[in-house]
Amino acid sequence: MKQSEPVRSFTMATWLGWQVESNWTDPFLFAIYVIIKPLATAAILVVMYSIITGSDYNSPLFPYIYLGNAFYTYVGAVMAGVSWAVIDDREHYKTLKYMYIAPINIPFYWLGRGVSRFLIGTVAVFVILTAGVWFLHLPLDLTQVNWGLFFISLFLGVSMLAMMGLILASVTLMVAHHFFLIGEAVAGALYLFSGAIFPLEVLPAWLRPIGFAMPITYWLELMRRSLIGEVAEAFPTLAQFSNLQLIGILVGLTIIFALLSVVVFRWCNHRARELGLIDMVTNY
Amino acid sequence: MATDSQAFSRFEKATGWRLFLKTVLARAYPRVIGQQREKSWIFFEILLPMLAVASYVYVYRAIGAPEEYVGFVVIGGAMTAFWMNVLWSMSSQLYWEKEQGNLALYIMSPSSMMAILLGMAVGGLFASSLRAIAVIALGSLLFQVQYSIASFAQLILVFLLAMTALYGMGMMTASLFLLLSREAWHLSNLAQEPVYLVSGFYFPIKSFNFWVAAAASFIPLTLGLDAMRQLIFPSGAALGFLNVTVEILILIGLCVAFLTGAKLLLAHMERLAIREGRITESRR
Repeated sequence: MKQSEPVRSFTMATWLGWQVESNWTDPFLFAIYVIIKPLATAAILVVMYSIITGSDYNSPLFPYIYLGNAFYTYVGAVMAGVSWAVIDDREHYKTLKYMYIAPINIPFYWLGRGVSRFLIGTVAVFVILTAGVWFLHLPLDLTQVNWGLFFISLFLGVSMLAMMGLILASVTLMVAHHFFLIGEAVAGALYLFSGAIFPLEVLPAWLRPIGFAMPITYWLELMRRSLIGEVAEAFPTLAQFSNLQLIGILVGLTIIFALLSVVVFRWCNHRARELGLIDMVTNY
Repeated sequence: MATDSQAFSRFEKATGWRLFLKTVLARAYPRVIGQQREKSWIFFEILLPMLAVASYVYVYRAIGAPEEYVGFVVIGGAMTAFWMNVLWSMSSQLYWEKEQGNLALYIMSPSSMMAILLGMAVGGLFASSLRAIAVIALGSLLFQVQYSIASFAQLILVFLLAMTALYGMGMMTASLFLLLSREAWHLSNLAQEPVYLVSGFYFPIKSFNFWVAAAASFIPLTLGLDAMRQLIFPSGAALGFLNVTVEILILIGLCVAFLTGAKLLLAHMERLAIREGRITESRR
C-alpha cells in the first residue's frame, strides 16, 4: 500500500531514530543508560527534599514534586529528540542536505526522529514511578488511577511537546552547534515556569503569568490529577479548573503551538536556505 | 627568494615549549572567536541555565529550606558550567574531532595532544567562566544571597586547584575517548546528572554517608565545591564534609594524579588507537 509522504517520512524517521539512539551498544548497557540518567535527576530532588524535611514523604508536596519531575522527563526527551535531529543530521552525519533533496516531508521527518526519545522517556518515567512507589512510599494506587484521563492527557501532552520541539528544531536550523544540547537547555529553563517541581505560588507574582501561559503547566496538573487526585487538590494553583476545562485549555494551547510551529518552520526554513545554513558545520 | 626563506623560517622555529604554547593558543582561538561570532550562545548557554538553577532555588523555597541553601544552589549551579565543559568540550570532543576528520590531523602534526587538549580547555574555560560568573551574579542579585568570605586567598586557591584537577581529569578521560566511537556521546550524556547528584551540586555533600562522599571526592568538583561553600557561607563550615585544609591537600593530590595520569594515558591510548586503526575509523 502506498503511504502518503508525511506518513512515510514519519515512520522511516522513527525507525532511523531508534537505530541511532539504541544500536551503539548492547541491550544491557543500553538499559542501564536509559535508567540511570532519569533516576539521578529524580534522586537530586529526593535528596534535597529529604535533608530539609527530614524525609517527610507523607506531605502532599512530595508526590507533587516527584510526579511533576517524573513526567517532565518527556519534556526534555521529546523537545531534545526533535531538535537534536537537526544538529545530528547537519553536522554529525552531514545528511541534512540529502534529506532536503529527498522526497520526504521535513517537519514530519523531524517529528519521527523524536519518537525514539519519547519511547526511552516512557521507560524512564515508568522506572522513576516504580522506584517512588517501592522506596519512597509514593501514594500511587493503580486501582484508583483515572486511566481515561491519564491516556487522554498523555496523548495531548506529547502532541503539544512535539509541536514545541518542532519550533525548537526550526530555530536550531539557524544556530550553530553548541556544546550543550539546545533542547535540554530549553527544557531546563521551562522547568522554572511550568510548576513541575513546585507550585506556581512559590514564584514571584510577576513571573506567574508565564507559567499560566505555558501548556506544560496544565498538562502536568492533568497527569497529577489522573494518578493521585488528592495531591493536585492540596494546591490552589489550578484548583478552580475542572478536568474538562484543563483539557480544553491544553487543546487550545496545543493548537496555538501547532500553528506557531508551522509559521516558525516556514520562516526559519526559508532563512536557512537563503543564508546557506542547511549544510553548515560549526566545530568550535 | 630570501623573503620566501625568511617566511618559511618563521614557521620552522616553533619547537619545544614554544610549539606547545602556540598549539594551546591555536586550539583555544576558534573556541573564543567562534563564540563571539555566534551570539545565540549567550541565550542558550548563559540565560537558559540560569533559569534551570532558579528552579532548584524555588524548590528549596517551596519546602522551607534555610536561606543558605539558596546560596548553595547558586554556587553549585554556576559550577555545572565547568563539568559540562569538561564532558562535552574536552572528553567527547575528541570523538567529534574524529568524526570531523580533525583527529588524524592533530596526531600527524608535530604538536602534542596535551597541548591540543589544553587549548580546548582554555577556550572552553572562557565560555564556562562567563556562564559561571553570570549565574553567580544574577543568582546573587535575584535571590539576595549573602556571602561572608572567610579567606579570599584560600578561596582562589581552592578554585584554581579544583579547575586544574578537573581539567586534568578531562584530559585523562579524553584519552579514553580516543578509542571510543558513537558510544562516546552517550557516555558523556550518562555522566551528566549522576555527577550532579554524587558531587552535591545542589546540596551539601555531607548529607551523604561518609564513604559515598569519600568516593565522590575523586571528582575534583566535589571537594572544590564543598571547600568553596565552607569559605563563602557563614554556615558552610557546619555543613562541610572535611576541613578546608584537608580538602586543599586532597585537591593538590588529585591535580598531580590526574595530570600525570593524563600524560601517561594519552601517550598510551594514542599508540593503542594508532595500532588498532581507531584514529580515522568512523563507525557511524
